Amino acid sequence: MPLVAGVLGLLAGAVLMAATGNNPFQGYAYLFRGGLMNIERIGNSLATATPLIFTGLSVAFAFKTGLFNIGAAGQMLIGGMCATAVGLTFMWPKPLLLTVMIIAAIIGGAAWGIVPGLLKAKFNVHEVVATIMMNWIAYWTVYYVVPAYFKGTYLETESRRIPYAASLKVSWLTDMFNGSYINLGFFLAIIAVVVIAFILERTTLGYELKAVGYNRHAAEYAGIRANRNIVLSMMIAGALAGLGGAAFYVGYASNIQIGVLPSQGYDGIAVSLLGTNSPWGVFGAAIFFGLLHSGKGFMNAMTKIPPEIADTIIATIIYFSATSILIERNWDKLRKRMGGAK
Amino acid sequence: MMDYIVEMLNIRKEFPGIVANDDITLQLKHGEIHALLGENGAGKSTLMSILFGLYQPDRGTIKVRGKQVNIANPNVANDLGIGMVHQHFKLVHNFTVTENIILGMETKKGIVVDIKSAASRVEELSKKYGLNVDPYAKIEDVSVGMQQRVEIMKMLYRNAEVLIFDEPTSVLTPQEIQDLMKIMRNLIAEGKSIILITHKLNEIKAIADRCTVIRRGKLIGTVDVASTTKGKLAEMMVGREVSFKVEKKECEPGEVVLRVENLSVLNNRKVMGLKDFSIEVRSGEIVGVAGVEGNGQTELVEAITGLRKAASGRVLLNGKDITDLSIRERIKSKMAHIPEDRHKYGLILDYSVEDNMIMKVYYQEPYSKSGLLNREAIHRHAEKVMDEFDVRAGKGAASDARSLSGGNQQKAIVGREIDHDPDLLIAVQPTRGLDVGAIEYIHKRIVEQRDRGKAVLLVSLELDEVLNLADRIAIINNGELIGIVDAKDTNENEVGLMMAGVKRGDIA
Repeated sequence: MPLVAGVLGLLAGAVLMAATGNNPFQGYAYLFRGGLMNIERIGNSLATATPLIFTGLSVAFAFKTGLFNIGAAGQMLIGGMCATAVGLTFMWPKPLLLTVMIIAAIIGGAAWGIVPGLLKAKFNVHEVVATIMMNWIAYWTVYYVVPAYFKGTYLETESRRIPYAASLKVSWLTDMFNGSYINLGFFLAIIAVVVIAFILERTTLGYELKAVGYNRHAAEYAGIRANRNIVLSMMIAGALAGLGGAAFYVGYASNIQIGVLPSQGYDGIAVSLLGTNSPWGVFGAAIFFGLLHSGKGFMNAMTKIPPEIADTIIATIIYFSATSILIERNWDKLRKRMGGAK
Repeated sequence: MMDYIVEMLNIRKEFPGIVANDDITLQLKHGEIHALLGENGAGKSTLMSILFGLYQPDRGTIKVRGKQVNIANPNVANDLGIGMVHQHFKLVHNFTVTENIILGMETKKGIVVDIKSAASRVEELSKKYGLNVDPYAKIEDVSVGMQQRVEIMKMLYRNAEVLIFDEPTSVLTPQEIQDLMKIMRNLIAEGKSIILITHKLNEIKAIADRCTVIRRGKLIGTVDVASTTKGKLAEMMVGREVSFKVEKKECEPGEVVLRVENLSVLNNRKVMGLKDFSIEVRSGEIVGVAGVEGNGQTELVEAITGLRKAASGRVLLNGKDITDLSIRERIKSKMAHIPEDRHKYGLILDYSVEDNMIMKVYYQEPYSKSGLLNREAIHRHAEKVMDEFDVRAGKGAASDARSLSGGNQQKAIVGREIDHDPDLLIAVQPTRGLDVGAIEYIHKRIVEQRDRGKAVLLVSLELDEVLNLADRIAIINNGELIGIVDAKDTNENEVGLMMAGVKRGDIA
């Protein structure tokens, strides 16, 4: 079904290109070449996808417990800030420094996730409201902390550049991909996908979390402490988004800007939706989005098609995956009718 | 004059993994009440959904008034004069009776809906069939019985000639059931024909002319109700002889297992739903709690099982105070609970049957070890319980719990709870909505628990069930214990009066 949504989205994009007087075949050719043409561009597509894998996983994981995590943006921002802070403060050898930075990102994101979890468990505050509030708290925290302690050399609105030792970019990988943005964050993301899939499918923790998500009453009847699971689920979701922050701010980028909520936070919702909330589905959806994002510049440079078309395609795909239940139902009806005619 | 108004001939319908209808023929005579009898999951609903156009048959033909038809969707069924009164009403709660009835076929005056002329037609139909509905009453303000009559009225308003009633009495009180039967007779007198889907034999005997029995998707036969005994009908439905009386020997009560002392519990409206309630259940006995719905049974059960906090009083299990223990600790203290609402509490419908079977024990060996699930042990366990408790599912233990019929879902829950080998079994409405075969089976397993020296607390709204199963009966009214009587020396009348709040001493 997500494939159908993807194809329908691409078709809608083709119609748009044609309607604006462009050749859709040419447009798509450049769009995909922009994302895949050479090893460097492939690397960039993967690097763009990396934070989306994390935020998508974050949203999907919370969703399995019946929670809607709108707060991936804030969790990501705080995770990125914590990692940057560690990276700019300590002069340790790269392996040690990166390890501590990643742990800091996890702790930061988890802390931002645990607060809405606790509010929901203790006071029944809806997590959508709480996570949106947390996004703005993260926004303003970064707004004040970064200029106060990590001010950039030339600009007030961003932090200093992190040194090589504190970057997830490593020279062998950058060289392998001909100077691309790809970094260790991508491998962290793969590990995260594997770990989350394992937790959900094979562990008692995953069993409990899903039980609470599917039917909270039955879970409580069976002696599962639903509130504990809600807090835990939000904590893990926050940690994943926090890791995404590290992958973005000290991997893809080299500094953190103030006054911006990362769009990957909300895109994570779309990724999770298109990936049907399954870890490997999220992985695939994020790569697809990464490809479209990194290819749109090239399409724009080579044709007269505005880059907004790529964003429109993404939006259309989201629209189609959101209505996938509807599509599925009509699909079934169609098949039934064909079957009935036999 | 043609003989049959509706004929379904040699209908076959397959779903993945199961043949729901296999070569079934049902012929409805003009002006008769024709019962369709079968266990839960036998294929009754599928057959009627085919007639109503919700499903297409894989094979077979449907004739209406002698003419072969293709019922592609419910609108076609409507046009053919076939109407269905669903088990779960499909009404808009903040609309009036008339608004609900005309929904989808509003008569208009210009661009305004002409409620007045519709209401007068509703009034007229109501008089004609003795339905007694107020056209201007809001649905949310009227009783369940009245809502059902609105559903019937919807069909009549659309000039339905054939009415399908899907388990119409399952939501009604005894008085409302009597009224419904009167209405059905009126409908027949006015020339309508009725198909009555049910698994309640008493109703069939009371009202139906002929009865078609299906079992596991196969047609068993069509019989004249007047010349067929209840026992024979039950046998056709279940495939073996059924006893309506629960066989049990004298009870031999032992130690006190459950002791409830002066328990008071708040209900959802934050007033005392249970007041100063005390009761004891000993090993080897079944104590029944009888009462009209909503008189404190839910509060009592939830306070014992830990789903709700007690306001005051104590609960002791095997002499240990469990009043403040968590649900899991209570389960570990050997308490099992067959919940009243199997969909809300009993099962996680989106989980497979095997995952549901380990709901309370998933964290213990062999089902998991250091936090990792052992899929094989889980699967084997489910197969064992399903085998032992005759739980049938299309894809075995891997089936979604949602896909099981109500009876099989309930048997799965009963199996899971008994498999935990509890000292105390709390069974709340254990046979709600089940057919005689499943009821007999579950009753047998509950009595078997008693005979093995377990304590059983049975809470049921069905007086018959309590009288049949329990050794002692506690009657609850308005949250208070009215009295405890021995099942041996009481009867329906006495318990019924006590349920209405009359204490034993007051009965002259």
